Amino acid sequence: MGKTTTLFLTFLKIGAFTFGGGYAMIALLKEEFVSRKHWITEDDFYDMAAIAESTPGPVAINSATYIGYRTAGFWGALVSTLAVCIPSFLIIYLISLYFDAFLHLTYVQYAFQGIQAGVIYLIFSAGIQMAAGIWKKKNRLHRLILFAVAGTATALSLSAVHFSTLLFILACGVIGVSAYLAGLLHHTDTTRRKP
Amino acid sequence: MIYLKLFLHFFKIGAVSFGGGYGMLPLMRETVLDNGWLTESQFLSFIAVSESTPGPLAVNMATFIGASQGGIAGSLLATLGVIMPSFFIILVIAALIQNLLKYEGVKAFLSGIRPCIAALILTAAVTMGFRIFFGITDIRNRMSADYRTITVFLLLLLAGFASKKKRGKKLTPVAILALSAVFGIVLQLIFSYS
Repeated sequence: MGKTTTLFLTFLKIGAFTFGGGYAMIALLKEEFVSRKHWITEDDFYDMAAIAESTPGPVAINSATYIGYRTAGFWGALVSTLAVCIPSFLIIYLISLYFDAFLHLTYVQYAFQGIQAGVIYLIFSAGIQMAAGIWKKKNRLHRLILFAVAGTATALSLSAVHFSTLLFILACGVIGVSAYLAGLLHHTDTTRRKP
Repeated sequence: MIYLKLFLHFFKIGAVSFGGGYGMLPLMRETVLDNGWLTESQFLSFIAVSESTPGPLAVNMATFIGASQGGIAGSLLATLGVIMPSFFIILVIAALIQNLLKYEGVKAFLSGIRPCIAALILTAAVTMGFRIFFGITDIRNRMSADYRTITVFLLLLLAGFASKKKRGKKLTPVAILALSAVFGIVLQLIFSYS
């Protein structure tokens, strides 16, 4: 079996059986490509994991593209990325066909009343967990961004003022870079002043 | 043209969804509400289904929302839109700039974005809570509390706390959704008999 075919089948399997999102998948990928097939070295794998987590997009997609490219070039990347999406796509598409009818069942309606609260709980605890991780690192700028964005975004949204989430994200990236550049300037200033 | 709109919106979401999983929810929520594609409670139900099926949340949500707005073609285009930015960004990194993350400027950019994403996720949760629990979309609205969903939320807080204390583990998303479904049914039965 060619490498591209193996990539396709492996990522199809991974796409079909990974619950719990990207991070659960990282462990599975390591087992498959580092320990069993030896297609990727351990160091390269950790580089990949860091890149997949910090670039935009789902970790699953990012790692499929990266591993696919490193083992079989452009076509490897394309085949792996598509393969990891195909199971989700089929499952969700099938569900979407019957979802409206399903939601009209009385008990399902009752259940989904509760589930709405469950989803808010999930999102809330994910946000708290992320915020706590940032808070613990004791970086003043990051703490400030956290509070400023949460405060303004909530206030704007509750006063029905339209704001773009996109602008917040990009502005904070720019603030991060500016703070770094300001730090550099400050640093060279103080080193210059020393006799 | 709904197909083009779906593709472009999801492309945008894919391009700035830092922070994995829940990171893309605030922008996705803004998109579906602003375009009138889904109501808040439909959006929440879609998240519940996407969380309890295999595969990345972003792909599941894109497929689901795409299908609801434009059938099979809509779901294909939304899904392609959401994965395309990642695909090209990673391709460029893997082929040309593998040490991208070692540049201080890139690190600084990402470090500014991370707290922002956490804040936006919290904001999304809070505004969703205001709408679902209290019927408030902006402060001029009169409050109409929905005691069933509020009770479910409080019960989940308790369950989450108990699980952490007793087993030292957090509940998995699927367990939380299953619990909340049971609470929803039980509470409805209690409320309608009382």
